[in-house]
Amino acid sequence: MKWRRVRAITIKEALQIVRDPRSLMIALLIPVLQMFLLGYGISLDVKHLPLCVYDQDKTTQSHDLLHRFSASPYFDTRPGLHNYAEVGRGLDTGNCRLAIVIPTGFSKGLADNGGSTVQALLDATDTNTASLAANYARAVIAGYSAQVQLDAIQSRGGQMQTVTPVEVRARVWFNEDLISRNFIIPGVVAMVMAIVGSQLSSLTIAREWERGTMELLISTPVQPMELMLGKLLPYFMVGMLDACICLALAMFWFDVPFRGTLIALFFTTGLFLLVVLCIGYYVSVSIRSQVGASQVALILTMLPTTLLSGFSFPIDQMPPVVQGVTYLISGRYYVTLLKALFLKGAPWSELSAPIACLTVYAAVMVVLAARSFHKTLD
Amino acid sequence: MTNPTSSGITAPQIIVEDLVKRFGDFIAINQVSFSVNRGEIMGFLGPNGAGKSTLLRVLCGLLHPNSGRAIVAGIDVAQDPEAVRRRIGYMSQKFSLYNDMSVVENLRFFGGVYGVSRRDIQDRLHFAVDMAGLGGREDSLVGTLAGGWKQRLALGAAILHKPAILFLDEPTSGVDPSSRRRFWELIHSLGEDGVSVLVSTHYMDEAEYCHRIALINHGKLIALGTPRELKRHALDGHLLELSGERIGTAIATLDQSTGMRNVAMFGSSLHALVDDAELRIPEFQAQLAAAGYVGITIRRIEPSLEDSFVQLVGGKK
Repeated sequence: MKWRRVRAITIKEALQIVRDPRSLMIALLIPVLQMFLLGYGISLDVKHLPLCVYDQDKTTQSHDLLHRFSASPYFDTRPGLHNYAEVGRGLDTGNCRLAIVIPTGFSKGLADNGGSTVQALLDATDTNTASLAANYARAVIAGYSAQVQLDAIQSRGGQMQTVTPVEVRARVWFNEDLISRNFIIPGVVAMVMAIVGSQLSSLTIAREWERGTMELLISTPVQPMELMLGKLLPYFMVGMLDACICLALAMFWFDVPFRGTLIALFFTTGLFLLVVLCIGYYVSVSIRSQVGASQVALILTMLPTTLLSGFSFPIDQMPPVVQGVTYLISGRYYVTLLKALFLKGAPWSELSAPIACLTVYAAVMVVLAARSFHKTLD
Repeated sequence: MTNPTSSGITAPQIIVEDLVKRFGDFIAINQVSFSVNRGEIMGFLGPNGAGKSTLLRVLCGLLHPNSGRAIVAGIDVAQDPEAVRRRIGYMSQKFSLYNDMSVVENLRFFGGVYGVSRRDIQDRLHFAVDMAGLGGREDSLVGTLAGGWKQRLALGAAILHKPAILFLDEPTSGVDPSSRRRFWELIHSLGEDGVSVLVSTHYMDEAEYCHRIALINHGKLIALGTPRELKRHALDGHLLELSGERIGTAIATLDQSTGMRNVAMFGSSLHALVDDAELRIPEFQAQLAAAGYVGITIRRIEPSLEDSFVQLVGGKK
């Protein structure tokens, strides 16, 4: 391998990147756009659920209960409804995801100490949200019940022990505030890097075929490995610039805590970028059209990184076969590493296994991509 | 098919033996054999789709031959295409430089991939720019250059590493006549420096510039020789031009003459193909005088390459 030739190709690619400022702008702006879109768009926190109430009782007690709902950050109480038809319409149109109906005699039941019921109607088209909403509603009502009980005992002049026999004291580690964004943003970074990296390199060989420059290029003594390294080097630079933008947005805009070392962060990001660049290059070699190559590269990198990296679905809850498949997904290692670095600040000893896997992965991809290119028109 | 060449006789730079290249059922090159000497300019002449480009691509190592051998610069192309690529320059039929890069950027790039040392590159750049006549346009984007400039630049890029052998695939197609002439002067000066040049064309007039011509049709080599040899060889006999008053009406008289193979109008005169010019010119003179034609001149002429090409391609179908 001659560095003279690698250098010539790198300079040529860099010139072509610079000569095409529109593509360069896209390469730098798309990650920003995706970070904002996905960073804000994907949130697993259920907050501000639209809530409708149909208060048939209209007493102080029913008002107290409803007040607890409107005070909760999880619900947004909509103006009161006056009949079941309106409740049905509210759920149908999606105006409310949860409807609370307080029946007539609610306060009477409480006063008679016979107990009362409240009806909750849930829109379960999104089961996850529905079950979370049901739990939140139960918690609100349980809080109210406890208060009612306490008030009743106290009004009778009694004393009550408010000690629960066993109490759970949960202390949450790594994402203390349970902000799902902290958990999601590192995954978004991985996804954006997968998309950008593969898109950058997916055009590079296909373009030479489409413009007719490939025939001359392969008539020169340039070696497949030289061609690949020379071509990927400038895209690696652009990709790392994109990585810096994404990581800076994650830390400083989305305030995701960062507890690892920057060296580890950039090293692993570089490895992952190399993998996705090689995938894009491989596709570009196999599919000699720019449009086709970019589409296939997008699917090959974005889909597995989204679905199988542990970014959106926890790997340990997948069926064993699918879990096995995830070991073949480079995004799995990168997402693991990013979460470890951002949220845990894990020591090198813990990072070494996924880093080793990613290194092997990158080495294999470099060889595969370089060898996929044949200097022939046959 | 001997090789009389104008330059010094050394071991042939290119030897092709029984070369066959198939694409599926289609035979693009059919049992082609020839050799090219050092400094020789060999033209491939043939209609579109005859197999000229395919042949050049096999010789560059871009296509793998199905059978036969191609030895370029002493190396079997099928065995070690990389070693061949270091010794050759190639101009593909389609313009293959980078339009979004300047003249110098393109040359530097090809200098780099051909492995021209950094010490030599500046000299070679100057040489290529001068040769292409691109002085003062070094920083122009290649996409903005006219066809003739582009082709000369492509030639400049192909010889940066001083290859011993050049393959040029229709280098002058779509270029105006004066630029074509200039291009051929460049090719000849390279030949004088000892570079063997294999050039394909479908322009008859260009083929005359070559030391030797290989006529190719339907993947077969149908004739090989100097332009002069081809013209003589192609036409079985001698070509006469008959001119004078009312000569057109003499066709019927002449058609039945002994030794006449073919006679036809050619502009305002007649072209007659005969077995022996020396013998027939006096006979025809006498015959025509007897028939009442006066002031008739008959002379032997060289057939054009086009005549022979049409004859050869038509005759061997």
